[in-house]
Amino acid sequence: MAEKKRKQRGRLAETWHQLKKNKFAIVGLVIIVIVLLVAVFAPVLAPYSYDTQDLVNAYAKPSAEHLLGTDKFGRDTFSRLIWGTRKSMEMGLGCVAFGTLAGLIIGSIAGYFGGQVDNVIMRIMDIFSCVPMMLMCVVIAAILGPSTRNAIIAIAVSTTPSAARLIRANILTVRGKEFVEAARAIDGKPPHIILNHVLPNAIAPTIVSTTMNIGNSIISGATLSFIGLGAQPPIAEWGAMLSEGRNLMRDHMELVLYPGICIMITVLAFNMLGDGLRDAMDPRLRN
Amino acid sequence: MSAPLIEVRNLKKYFKTGRGMLHAVDDVSFTIEEGKTLGVVGESGCGKSTLGRTILHLLDATDGQILYKGEDITTPRRKELSQLRHEMQIIFQDPFSSLNPRKSVSETIMEPMKLSHSMKKQEMIDRTRELMETVGLAERFWGTYPHELDGGRRQRIGIARALALGPRFIVCDEPVSALDVSIQAQILNLMLDLQEQRKLTYMFVTHDLSVVKYISDDILVMYLGQVVEKAPSDELFRNTLHPYSKALLSAIPVPDIHANNELVTLAGEITSPIDPKPGCRFMARCPYASDVCNQPQKIEEILPNHFVSCCRCREINNLQGGKVQ
Repeated sequence: MAEKKRKQRGRLAETWHQLKKNKFAIVGLVIIVIVLLVAVFAPVLAPYSYDTQDLVNAYAKPSAEHLLGTDKFGRDTFSRLIWGTRKSMEMGLGCVAFGTLAGLIIGSIAGYFGGQVDNVIMRIMDIFSCVPMMLMCVVIAAILGPSTRNAIIAIAVSTTPSAARLIRANILTVRGKEFVEAARAIDGKPPHIILNHVLPNAIAPTIVSTTMNIGNSIISGATLSFIGLGAQPPIAEWGAMLSEGRNLMRDHMELVLYPGICIMITVLAFNMLGDGLRDAMDPRLRN
Repeated sequence: MSAPLIEVRNLKKYFKTGRGMLHAVDDVSFTIEEGKTLGVVGESGCGKSTLGRTILHLLDATDGQILYKGEDITTPRRKELSQLRHEMQIIFQDPFSSLNPRKSVSETIMEPMKLSHSMKKQEMIDRTRELMETVGLAERFWGTYPHELDGGRRQRIGIARALALGPRFIVCDEPVSALDVSIQAQILNLMLDLQEQRKLTYMFVTHDLSVVKYISDDILVMYLGQVVEKAPSDELFRNTLHPYSKALLSAIPVPDIHANNELVTLAGEITSPIDPKPGCRFMARCPYASDVCNQPQKIEEILPNHFVSCCRCREINNLQGGKVQ
């Protein structure tokens, strides 16, 4: 019976079917969807703008008017968290979109073609990975000025080498397998072989690392904002909010607590989904 | 007489390594008639797999000629290569790594047909069913993945894939050496049946001599990239002439406790295939080695249809003028 059912589904449907069985992954997925929706509909959802000040009402306790109270300028914390979702997700997804994607492409090229191409590409990657991320960010901020966009560039550049190295190693393993040779023997052209045989087998471990990278990038973005190289005030971003709240931690702990919890939950959700995806995509782990 | 299906002339395949040129296949020539099986034997690393892959253009030949039905196919154009890949196929040694773990049985068998763009979907499905039946895979394995099957069944998938486009010539690269002995016989019989039904021509690469005796019409013994002996199967087993072949054949276990067969053990290890010296490559391990062996060896027809590459062959086998004394 199980086999009959299986053959009717395509690859995507099959992955989804497997993913559904994993409760953690689904919880992660639901959280991510909520977070993304919040980010997209921030202007609708937030009762106030992120920079509406009400100095008389600073440090207000939670009330019907301000669900989570206000900060030192009397800005609504709840609204700022919602607006912050937007910036934080922008950073997380932006870094992965540029960094990991660049890494995937560069690593695939290096791995598939090998030889001198591989050597040159990977040595350049080595040079990049030698520069600490923070230093890179400071340099980029110094050249281009501190902003969210420049923080994304800095993080993307520093995640590229590790992504490239990971995919390259996987591709090297898969490329030596006999089924790749078999694909050539049945007249498969290089693009067909890369897309159908090499990448599907090499990419699975990178999907996990990519989803987890989103989490890491959110943290990196928050870190940069925290030290003032990322999102600039009065823009609301979780890391920036942490930074603003840190001086007031003794009296108004909630100002660091809320963004901290947001970061934690979002990163956790990405990690759970990543784990689930890896298991769902591998037919060897299906049952 | 029509041209043989496969003819290889002075084929060479060298690999560039950090320490020099690795002579994987060095000046190999042979022919295979249609419907026959050529067994290629030799120890690990003697270049027998490389030879098969070079003929199929999975590797590019360094020098020499490959002829298919009398036509030179050494450097085919793109279109010709596609056509050749329909007619020449390969069955791999390791049924675990030769199948994509992410493709189901039917997907794997159907892939060659999809790539050829010559069939409609329903046709492909029908043909896949047919192929699965031919190689003895039950239809319930249609959507299963390779990791759920045992080695014998996986190898059947590999055979079905090779047969998908109706090839004439198949290189079998140690197709049974990774299997249990009981399964080996099944797969070998399947291959023999297929050969009979479809008039297939095999080049059977192996290091297992009992297998080669069972399946081959002609045998090619290779040592370090070169052919040392070439003869019809019966002739080779009855009348082994090259010292290396003798040692190789004496290693076949005989299931008879009264059999009094001497085991020829070889001393030393296989010499490096990187930039080999011009003389006989087997010299370092040969019990009959002498100064004359430093000369480059020529392959000679010592007995009718029996070729040996050894300058002392007549001497050590007590042969004169091509007649057994």
